Amino acid sequence: MKTYIPPEYIVERDITRCNKCKICVEECTYYVHFYSSEKDEVSSLNQNCINCQRCVVFCPKQAITIRRNPNLYREKFHWTHETIFTIKKQAETGSVVLTGMGCDKPHMTYWDKLLINASQVTNPSIDPLREPIEIRKYLGKKPKKLEFKNNGDTVSLKTDIAPQLLLETPIMFAAMSYGAVNLNVHKALAMAAAECGTYFNCGEGGLHPSLHHYGKHTIVQVASGRFGVNIDYLKVGAAVEIKIGQGAKPGIGGHLPGEKVNDEIAKTRMIPVGTDALSPAPHHDIYSIEDLKQLVYALKEVTDYKKPVAVKIAAVHNIAAIASGVVHSGADILVVDGVRGSTGAAPKVIRDNVGIPIELALASVDKRLRDEGIRGEVSIVASGGIRNSADLVKAIALGADAVYIGTAALIAIGCTLCQKCYTGKCPWGITTTDPKLARRVDPVAASKRLVNLITAWSIEIKEILGGMGMNYIESLRGNREQLRGVELTENELKVLGVKPAGY
Amino acid sequence: MKNRRPNGRYGDDKVIDACAVFGVMNLSGESIAFRDPVRAMNCMQERTNGLGSGFAVYGIYPDYKDAYAFHIMYMDHHVKQPVENFLEKNFRVLLKEEIPTSEAEVWKPPLTWRYFVEPIPLRVRTKERSEEDYVLDRVMEINTSKIGSALVFSSGKNMGVFKGVGYPEDIAQYFCLDEYEGYMWICHGRYPTNTPGWWGGAHPFNILDWSVAHNGELSSYGVNWRFLKTYGYKCTMQTDTEVITYAFDLLVGRHGIPVEVVSKILAPPFWDEIDQMPENQRKLLVAFRQTYGDLLMNGPFSVITGRQGEMLCLTDRIKLRPLTVGINGDFMYMSSEEAAIRAVSPTLEKVWNPNGGEIVVGRIKASTVLEIQIASREMRKKL
Repeated sequence: MKTYIPPEYIVERDITRCNKCKICVEECTYYVHFYSSEKDEVSSLNQNCINCQRCVVFCPKQAITIRRNPNLYREKFHWTHETIFTIKKQAETGSVVLTGMGCDKPHMTYWDKLLINASQVTNPSIDPLREPIEIRKYLGKKPKKLEFKNNGDTVSLKTDIAPQLLLETPIMFAAMSYGAVNLNVHKALAMAAAECGTYFNCGEGGLHPSLHHYGKHTIVQVASGRFGVNIDYLKVGAAVEIKIGQGAKPGIGGHLPGEKVNDEIAKTRMIPVGTDALSPAPHHDIYSIEDLKQLVYALKEVTDYKKPVAVKIAAVHNIAAIASGVVHSGADILVVDGVRGSTGAAPKVIRDNVGIPIELALASVDKRLRDEGIRGEVSIVASGGIRNSADLVKAIALGADAVYIGTAALIAIGCTLCQKCYTGKCPWGITTTDPKLARRVDPVAASKRLVNLITAWSIEIKEILGGMGMNYIESLRGNREQLRGVELTENELKVLGVKPAGY
Repeated sequence: MKNRRPNGRYGDDKVIDACAVFGVMNLSGESIAFRDPVRAMNCMQERTNGLGSGFAVYGIYPDYKDAYAFHIMYMDHHVKQPVENFLEKNFRVLLKEEIPTSEAEVWKPPLTWRYFVEPIPLRVRTKERSEEDYVLDRVMEINTSKIGSALVFSSGKNMGVFKGVGYPEDIAQYFCLDEYEGYMWICHGRYPTNTPGWWGGAHPFNILDWSVAHNGELSSYGVNWRFLKTYGYKCTMQTDTEVITYAFDLLVGRHGIPVEVVSKILAPPFWDEIDQMPENQRKLLVAFRQTYGDLLMNGPFSVITGRQGEMLCLTDRIKLRPLTVGINGDFMYMSSEEAAIRAVSPTLEKVWNPNGGEIVVGRIKASTVLEIQIASREMRKKL
């Protein structure tokens, strides 16, 4: 069938600069660039280009420019270029359109409409260069009251505190499975988490045996496919996370294509080589909230009640009530993933249209749990599109204990958000299991970039906290008085529990 | 006392002030007249602007020492009858009278009455709720305007708060404080920042036995009140002082944490210090911070608080507000400024500035200061 789809991007080569070194040919995994020895000429096939910028960065002569194809369809408000493009694609393939990354539609990003407070006069701001500012966090269930034993000359604690995760900074790496990303990426995340005193979530595809010694900094995930879940896996992690849903695709399962399932992945996931790894949409042992409680406690049993159990849910309409149910089912940590949450592969229609923004979800979950007096029963981790330390600070002020970052972490190690993760041909060597491409991520160098990112954000968090006159991050948690909204409607402000700026 | 409002050099009415806190206690329970506390507050006039002052005096109602003494402000005269009906319904009212006042330079005083009441035993639903809880709930009912614009601003036994909008000596004159004698005075002169000056917003803030005078602003207010709310405390006054009072009530009153240790929750040591402590101590402090992290009072404060027989003071953990403690014989003084202490007691046996986060407790019957210090040091050692 002749394709009616025009190329999305145009590759321009400045032949006065190009020295025909063929690095672009080597680097491109989409066969855009090719060399003809007959003509002694490097040329390109626009149709294949996904604008990942790999060739641009690696061209030693800076001879390449990628432009958006100016040949757009006639401009219409309702039938946008993208809409027409998608219809043509589906007409040619008869398939669900897949995509990677998080929702890229212009739904409101509330972070940008929230502004942070600072101290002036009545309250001194604190200089983080001169005074300690604490951003250490403990995630897990907190007791309502402490009881003590008086042993005559010493006082000791009678209350047993539920297991806690100690975070030196309130940032963790979100679940990205081995298979969706390759071992080098997992290793980089694990190393960075260990160095920063935080955790990386290994996702639903198990944890490669070579990474078991990073267990103390790993949150192991149990998802509906139960891939890689065995006793060693559960025991090696610092915490266990039950994945119910994901912000990028609430309500649907996952699919790792067989081509990506090589020897090591097969072994880790405990499935045959080359078979598709399908995660069902629901957990087939959880059809209701009481079933979730059974799984939570089954996991607590198997880990001797020594590890917190997290439950990750996607932010959907009734999120506050669902969150309350999850807390009552015994979860120690509640992860809420908003509509901007990312994925390696999801149907575009789901990614762009299902779920609600994390800001609103987080605000209503925090409020609901406080109203019920059970906020202390659980720590809340917010995720889904956290872009920088300001988003993080705002998330904490809306009630989060910590955040997960996925996309931001991948950007740190090279990702350019081309949204083609599902093809397995990631030119940056991240979402590919092809050993030749995976080599493009050097775990040591990548981990350095991740550590730098976390370090930079941590410093920024301290600056912002100090500016507000606080030296402990806990003093910001749910402290919505420290936020003001701009350009928001009364209802939005009500849900966020934030006053309008100037008020 | 005319022209005391400080004025800028060019008559531009720039008032640059801060709050003043002062407390004095006689450790053997001897009575102290109003002169010293008022003189001390006068000395710190620079820190106040006449928009709120007050005194909490302990030991002033020995004739009714077992009854709750309610001081009530009526912003609106019409609510007096319904409030009195409410009191009659829920309490046995032993005596009611208007609080004596005299002519003074104060701003729009409301009607102030006092009631000595005892809870009707049958109405105190026992089991999980104590008599204090019952009284607290009734006070909250009146204050959260179930009845109208009436405010119970003092509700302890054998103690009373006198406060309003004016300079300390005017408030003292207005409430005829020369007629009272108490063994402990906690005083406050206000420079309002967060809430406008109004009679109810003056300090000390009181609930049952606890009175709090506070200088500072809590950046963590939003976290503190939300945490206290889950334990049933309703913050209605929008002042930081209120959350400090409730925090003391929750931790000391309900959770039985010794006063000496409460500072480890409100102004705890830093993680770096905790990490280096011996295991037992470290475990306790980590548990404190994990459980009561939301009660850490962040931002600058110095606070003097007291209850029957006990006066204590504390500053935030990096000491962003001043606080001085002085001792002379049986007298223990706590003050924003040493000058105020020296104004009433020029010679002092001991005077020091407690470190940030270090609590100082004065307790009646502890005959010497040494004992107090030892008690407090030993408690610290135990942790």
